[in-house]
Parts: sequence; structure tokens; C-alpha cells
Amino acid sequence: MAITLSGDHAIPGPPLSARLTTPQVWGIVLLAPYILVFLAFVVYPVGYGLWLARHPASYVALWHDPIFARAAVNTLIFLVIGINIKMAIALFLSGFFAQQRTWIKWLSVLFILPWAVPSIPTILSVRFMLNPEWGVINQLIFKFTGEDGPNWLNDPTVALSMAIGVHIWKSLPFWTLILMTGRLAISHDLYEAAEVDGASWSQKFRYITWPSMQTLYVTCTLLSMIWTLGDFNSVYLLTGGGPADLTHVLATLGIRYLRLDQLSLAMASIVCALPFVLPLVYFMMKRLSR
Amino acid sequence: MKLPTLREIGTEAKLLLIGIPVFIWTMVPIYHMFLFAISPKEDAFAGKLWPAHPTLNNFSIVFHQQHYFLRDFWIQFFNSVVIALSAGALTLMIATAAAFSISRLRVPGGRWVMNLALLTYFIPAAFLAVPMYRTMGTYGLLNNHWSLILAMVTIASPYAIWVLKQASDKLPVELDEAATMDGATTLQLFRLVYVPLMMPSLVAIGTYAILLAWNEYLYAFLLLSKDTEITLPVALGNFLAADDSPWELLMTTGFIYALPPAAIYYAFKRYMVGGLTAGAVKS
Repeated sequence: MAITLSGDHAIPGPPLSARLTTPQVWGIVLLAPYILVFLAFVVYPVGYGLWLARHPASYVALWHDPIFARAAVNTLIFLVIGINIKMAIALFLSGFFAQQRTWIKWLSVLFILPWAVPSIPTILSVRFMLNPEWGVINQLIFKFTGEDGPNWLNDPTVALSMAIGVHIWKSLPFWTLILMTGRLAISHDLYEAAEVDGASWSQKFRYITWPSMQTLYVTCTLLSMIWTLGDFNSVYLLTGGGPADLTHVLATLGIRYLRLDQLSLAMASIVCALPFVLPLVYFMMKRLSR
Repeated sequence: MKLPTLREIGTEAKLLLIGIPVFIWTMVPIYHMFLFAISPKEDAFAGKLWPAHPTLNNFSIVFHQQHYFLRDFWIQFFNSVVIALSAGALTLMIATAAAFSISRLRVPGGRWVMNLALLTYFIPAAFLAVPMYRTMGTYGLLNNHWSLILAMVTIASPYAIWVLKQASDKLPVELDEAATMDGATTLQLFRLVYVPLMMPSLVAIGTYAILLAWNEYLYAFLLLSKDTEITLPVALGNFLAADDSPWELLMTTGFIYALPPAAIYYAFKRYMVGGLTAGAVKS
């Protein structure tokens, strides 16, 4: 379990070939399939992609493409606002689901459904609910107020908020579950002692729960940000990037350029995200490869 | 029986005040999908909360492929199954071998491979999709099931190796030593000692990879395009191509598509929760 990034090789010394034992030969043989997959489907594509993104002209073109600027802003909103709201709710709900009640147990079984089912049908289901003419939401609005509801997905701000909502709906259960494991690991004695001392609910959270969970919470938030950068479905299936390409995020924009056969632009837009991704990745590597 | 105190009632009420919105929030999109699946078109589009005439007719249309969008339903379903199972099996084989090699045999450079794999785990999937699409074209694998299977193996194995390595580091070294003493070869050690002991983690990882491949939309939609070769999620996405899509059939197909992963998840929940959450984020 204890490995470090710097790679403190336990066995220094003579050239490998001279010291290879039979198990080590087997080790290489057994590791080979993964190395092949890694070379063929990670190293080669990534290298090729970076090579495609080498022209400064691509970046100039991106700079002049208003859709790119909009997508970059949208991605930031998605990550900074969306993820923090999601993680705050997850932290709150992890406390709720840690309660020992039979009905909460059953609710937690249902609560995991959004994560257990594929995202395509459920996102499309939300998409139809928001349909201005036939969707159930606007029909209910009409029934109760007699007025036509808004055209939800036709307003870029609302559409992006809805995409963030769909993302939260989908991944909230997972993070709640993770944070709940962290919460259950806190010794119960601490809470009992606090109870005896007459600590309030907020004091218990502030002095017991939060100090023991903050590292996990920050790790989860960063990990969620990295993964959410690659969340193509929430935006693409709900809004398709529309209206007028105003709700794209970097994940859908890259694919949009790809579909338009502008591969170097697609890669350049991804390279632009790297300065933000790499520090996060570096931090996560340090945390996880201990 | 002891009567609940006022304070207990208050706590319960507060919990319900959280629980009920959570329940509604979770279930609305799923219920909406289910509602469409059992509604005739007129009821579905009338915004009713329960159809006047619930019917299973939509399912029959899907199963008999009686609609333009559904003419290849069964072959697409079959494609999804084949791709998910192949990706699961291949990931399991590659990752188990790699984890055994890194963790038990302590192969030179194993740590490097582990760290590189972990790095891959952090590449956002949609970012890798762009160059991957081009690479698959170079390899001549586009529109071939292998392209999607291999892409899924690439995405699933880093996490698989990492979780399996964490789990196998916990097995005592004495076990390997004792087996070697008794004259077991490396392969026997792998087959007779390692794999049986790792079973719970292997089940978790196999399930993880199968679900990942079954649920994948982006790669499937980029790499496969012929109607008889695409998987179900791509077929669902294609419904959107028309303005007058039969949404009740789309939701029915989506419902059928969502059932197997939900069933697998609940069936293997015990393995999944233990094996995956412990590995997902170490605190």
C-alpha cells in the first residue's frame, strides 16, 4: 500500500536482466497486456493529440471563436458552482443517511438509483419534462395558473442550470455514499462525550465531524471536478449545447469540433484546459498513490 | 409501550422534512420514464400523472421492433450485451494479471506502471475521446465492436488495477512464501491461491467494468455508427434526430435498457459498496 510518486525502488543495483528470477519473468509477462493497452490506447492517442495541437494558429482560431469563450466560462460555472453545491448537499445528506432508522435505510436504497441506472434514459426523461409544449412541468403550470410556462431550455442560463441539476441528480448519490463511509468511521464516543458536555448540533459538526472529514471532503471535491470536466452526457443530452451553442462546456465543445472535422481545434481546446487539470491531477496523484 | 417524547417527534419530523424532498427529487425523472413506458401516446403527451389507460403495448412494440426507430432493437440489445461482457472479461483478465504482477511478484518498474495507470484514471473521459477516435481510425477499428471494447478496457483498467492492487497488498506475504515452499509455480500461485482469495474484489471489478461499458454513450456514439452495430444508448440518442420522436417508445426502450444495470447493481451491492467505496477515495 505504501508507494510514493518518487518511486523509492526497494531493490537498487545491477542491471535487471542479470537478476531476473522466474517470478519476475512471469511478472513482466503478466504486466505486458496492460502495458500494450496503455501504449496503444493512451500513449499513442495522447501523443498524437498533442502533436495535432501544436499549431499556434489553432489557438488564435479558438481565441476568436465566441463559442469557445462561452464554453470555457460555462465549464468554470459548472465546476466551481455546480460541484460545490453538489458536495455541500452530499455532506449534508451523508449526515441524514447516517441516521439509524428503518425508513431511512429503505430511502437510501432508492436514493442510489440515479447512480445505478444509465444516464441516457433519465436525462432524456428530464428533457421531455422540460418540453415547453408537451412536458409535464409546463402542463401543470398551465393547469394551475392558466399561463404558459417558460421555454426552459431556450434560455442559456436556465438550460445550463438544468444541465448542472441533471449532473447533481446523477452523481449526488455516489458522493453521499462516499462521505457517509467517512462519517461512519468517526468514533461514536466523541459524539457521546459532546452530548454529555451539552454541545449543540452545530458545535458537534464544527468540532467533531468537520475536522475528521475535511481531507476526505476536499479530495472528493477535487476528484469530482476532474471527472466533471469529462461529463459529456449531462450537457449534450439535455441541451445539445444549444440554444445557439451557448451552453457548451469543454467536453461537448471538443466533440463538436471533432464532428465538424476540426480535429486540431478539438485538441487545442482540450490543451487549453490542461493548466487547470494538471494541478488537480498532481494533487490527486499525491493523495492516492501513497 | 413507551410514548415518544415531544423532542423525539420533533426530530422525526425534521428527518421527514429532509427525507420527503429527497425521495421526490430522486424518483421524479425515473417515475416520469416509467409513466411514459406504460402510457399510450395521447396520455403521455397530455401531462397526466397517471395514465387513464395504463398499457403494456409500448413494450410489445419495442419487443416486436414495430417502429422505424426500433427496427434493430434486438441486435442493438445483443451488441450492448456482447460489448459489456467482453469489456468486463478483458478488463478483469488484464487488471488481475497486472495487479498480481505489481503487488505479489513485485516486478521491477511495477510502481511506475501503477502511477501511469492512475494518471490515466484522471484524464477526463471526454478529453481522451477526441484523440481516441482518431487513433481507432488509424488502427482501422472504427465501426468495429473491438474499438468500443478496447476503449472501455482502457478506461476501466486503471481503476481496476488500482483497487485490485490495494486489495492484494492486504494479503499476507507468508501465503505466497508457504505456497512457494510447497513447490507451487508462479502460475499455480496465481490460479490456486491468488484468484480464490481475491474473489470478492474480482466480482466488484468485473461488475464495475460491465456497468461502465453497458452505460457508455460518448465512446459508443463516436466509434460505432452503422444501425446494426451500435449499442442501445446510441440508438436511444438517435431517437432525437427526428422532431416528432415517439417519446413513449423512447422511454420504454430506455426503461428496458436501464433495468439490467440496476438489477446487477442491487444484486452485487454488497461487493460493490465494500470493494468500490473503500477504494474510490481513501481517507
